[in-house]
Order: sequence, then C-alpha cells, then structure tokens
Amino acid sequence: MKHLLSAADLDRDAAVSVLDVAEQMAATQQREIKKLPTLRGRTVVNLFYEDSTRTRISFEAAAKRLSADVINFSAKGSSVSKGESLKDTALTLEAMGADAVVVRHPVSGAPHRLAHAGWIQGAVVNAGDGTHEHPTQALLDAFTLRRHLVGADSNPTERPEQRDSRDWLGQDLKGKRVAIVGDVLHSRVARSNVLLLNTLGAEVVLVAPPTLLPVGIDSWPCTFSYDLDHVVQGGHGDLDAVMMLRVQQERMNAAYFPSVREYSRRYGLDARRMGALPDHALVMHPGPMNRGLEISAEAADSVRSTIVEQVANGVAVRMAALYLLLSGENS
Amino acid sequence: MSSARRATAPPVPTGSSPSVQPAPDARSVLEAAEINRALSRIAHEVLERNKGAGGLVLLGIPTRGVHLARRLARRLAEIEGTEVPVGALDVTMHRDDLRRQPMRTIGATDLPDGGIDDRVVVLVDDVLYSGRTIRAALDAISDLGRPRAVRLAVLVDRGHRELPIRADHVGKNLPTSQLERVRVHLAEVDGEDSVWIEGGA
Repeated sequence: MKHLLSAADLDRDAAVSVLDVAEQMAATQQREIKKLPTLRGRTVVNLFYEDSTRTRISFEAAAKRLSADVINFSAKGSSVSKGESLKDTALTLEAMGADAVVVRHPVSGAPHRLAHAGWIQGAVVNAGDGTHEHPTQALLDAFTLRRHLVGADSNPTERPEQRDSRDWLGQDLKGKRVAIVGDVLHSRVARSNVLLLNTLGAEVVLVAPPTLLPVGIDSWPCTFSYDLDHVVQGGHGDLDAVMMLRVQQERMNAAYFPSVREYSRRYGLDARRMGALPDHALVMHPGPMNRGLEISAEAADSVRSTIVEQVANGVAVRMAALYLLLSGENS
Repeated sequence: MSSARRATAPPVPTGSSPSVQPAPDARSVLEAAEINRALSRIAHEVLERNKGAGGLVLLGIPTRGVHLARRLARRLAEIEGTEVPVGALDVTMHRDDLRRQPMRTIGATDLPDGGIDDRVVVLVDDVLYSGRTIRAALDAISDLGRPRAVRLAVLVDRGHRELPIRADHVGKNLPTSQLERVRVHLAEVDGEDSVWIEGGA
C-alpha cells in the first residue's frame, strides 16, 4: 500500500488486514504507556485546507502514539491565504522531508493529484476531499461494526476469556446490513462506506430524499430508498446498524428540502424509529452531529449509540493506516 | 516471529502462516523426542534457577515462542503442581528493522492477569540469532511494566549475535553458517515437531 486515497484501493484482504492491525493498535491504547517507538524518526504532515476537529486530532494522536514527528498545517493563517498553490505547498513539504502527508481538501481529487503529480515522494492519506471520499472514516466505521457485530462485543454473555481469544480476527462483515441515512449527495463518508462495506461483504441501504441522492446512484453497489420508516421496519431486511449523516448546511446554498422540520420528521432518527429497529442494531454518526435535526438526543445518547466509541476507534484505525503506509522497505 | 532466521534480508513470511515443506537440501537436526527432552530440561533449569515456580511469568514471542511457552508452562505445572501464568509478547512495533523489511503483520500481546510488575519474566522464543528480536522484546517489556528480572529461554541458539545478549536456558546449541536457515516446526502450527537446517551448501 503506497497511498490511501479511496476506500476502493482496498480489496477484501487488505481491508481486513487494516482492521486486524487496528485491533492490535487498540489493545496497545489500553496500556498505561500508550506510545510505541514504531515510526520513530518519520515525519507526518497534517495538511488541512478545511476545518476539522476530530479527524485532525485523531491523525495527530495516531502519529504521536507511534512516535512520528507531526507537523500541522492548516490553510488558515498560512501562505495559502496569500495565494500559494497546492503544488508549491507540496514542494515545500517535500523539501522538509515529509514521509507521509495527510490531506483534507475542499476539492474532490486533490489528494489524488498530490499523490500522482510527482511533487512529493511520501505516502498520501486522504482525510476527506470535497464530496468524494473519506477512507479512514469508512475504515473506523467498519472497525466499529465488526467489533460489535462479529467480534469481542457481539456476545456480551460470553465469559471474558472467550471474548479475549480474538478468534474473530480475519473475518469480514459478510451478511450484515447497514442503512446510511441522510445527505448522501454531499457525503464523502457515505461514498467511502458504500465501497468499503460492499468490499467487506455487507449490504448497504441508502436512505435519503431524492434531492440528496447523487445522479447515477443506480450504479453504486447498494440499494436505496426514500422512506426511512419502511427501512427501519425491515422493508429491506433486518438492519444491523443505522448510520446517520450530517446535513451539510455549508454545502447547501440551494434548498434541497422544504424545511428543516420536515426533513427532521421524515429522515431524522428519533425514539420511535429506534424502537422499530432490531434490539442489537447500532446507531452510528460520523460527527459532528446536528442534534435535533438528523438525530434526536435520545438516539444519540442511547446505549446502542457508538458515536463516542467511533472517535476512539478512529485513533486505532489511523495508527494502523500509518503503520501500513510507513513501515516496510517500499516506503 | 517467523521461524526462518535468515542471513540477509529476504522476504520474511508472516508469523502465523504454516511453513512450507523443507527444501530438498534440508537436514533434520532435532526430532520430536529431542525437542521434548530439551523442553523438560529447560523447565527444570527454570525452576532450579528461580528456586521454585513462585513469581514466574512466561512470555512467548509469537508465533512459535507462544506455543513453546505454553508447553513449558504445562511442564512446570506437572513438576511443581502450581499453575504458572503464560502470555504472549508481540515485539513487531519495537523492531529496529521495520524500514528494511517488507511490512510485518502485528501479532497479539496478551499479558496474564496480574501483569509482570515485580515478577520474574521468562521470555520464550524458538530461535536465538542476531539478538535483535530479544532487544525489541526488552523494550516492549519496559513499556508494559517493571519485572524483577527477565530471563531468556530458547529452543535453538544458532549463534551470530549482533548485540550483547545471551540466553539463560538453551534447548540446543546449533553452530550454523550465516548462509543457512534454521526452521523450527511445532505440532501446533506445522503439524509436527522438528528442527531443520537448510541452504548454505
């Protein structure tokens, strides 16, 4: 693995191996001393052209836990505001000896350009580009799903020593069914998740108003519906998880739905719809949430919600991604 | 750890994969009965050195070291009648050659209940060669706790140390050339117990 630009870069075995490595990384994060010497002497640059809290902090924590040096770059307050191009910024980073560049950019395809234009030698990790992809978010969602539906947390009545056996490493998400609900049109999280979950053998149902589904949705490896009630009641088969997407108001200059209240009524996850789900189904959200819009406080704070856990899992998954990109003789 | 310790840095097979059949020029140096006797002797040596099984913790280095550690623990239990805690210590993330080798799979680290603080840790591995794996293991241990002492038990010592490290308990000293490879097969992973030397001729 040279770069991580798209969830489609990973085949089934590669994706499972990232999740397995992430599981070992997560185990190290339970220890008193969380820092590992693995990437000592390597430099990771976080190149963020767009605002972000959890992704940037998560990548920074992951790199630091592996002893890499971290340089944070955000477009605000840098020479980018003086008009510096992506190319010139990239050449500067190359001159400083960046071994990996984690890039978030408002333009779809910017990480691909950075990786393949010959400006830098290091590995490029896509941390979200426009409305295109966000592969590490999909990996951490898959990691969370696998833990709960296949792995250690799937059968809480087992004795702890059985749960610790980790026999379930190496398994994928075959036969699991996940609904992804909301603003699919603007969501790089949805796109990466559809690709990755499909690779891992899970079925995905997208639920959104017609205006928030992209053109060409028929060609995606998933099914879709306009009716959330029908889907949560098992209209597409029993669900194992519901992933709510943020309504991206900053990308909605035009109105995509008549009113916030109507959206919330038809596509929000509330206590009533939670009650219609199977008992084991998880409630997920990539954050940041609009409480009361796409997800009610009751749903967000329920015991079936993995929203806070997803953030913790993000560090382990990003440690795994950095390890896989930066160790080995090819790097 | 893989069972193949090589002189240069060719591709390293992942630790958990069953090893391939020995090469045509391979010669067997230890058979099942000898491995058994060596483990029994190591078990007695460990107890003699420690004056009993009190405070002992066995930590195997994946993959085959973990199975050897479990076997040793069974011997200790048979001899002393007390259970000795066994764990696994993966050293991949502490290695100094991660950039010189293909990507290594990370194994599991499982500490027994009670941890390793103020215990006598006996590290168990299949082959002692350059000593770099043990150096990494010592670093990994210091991140996990502070044992009272750390000892090293290996099934085979093939020489060619690159660091000032030696084993406390050795199953068999095997003088080898650096061009040769030593392969350890264990029933739990490979279906049979044996040690082979390949290549070099």
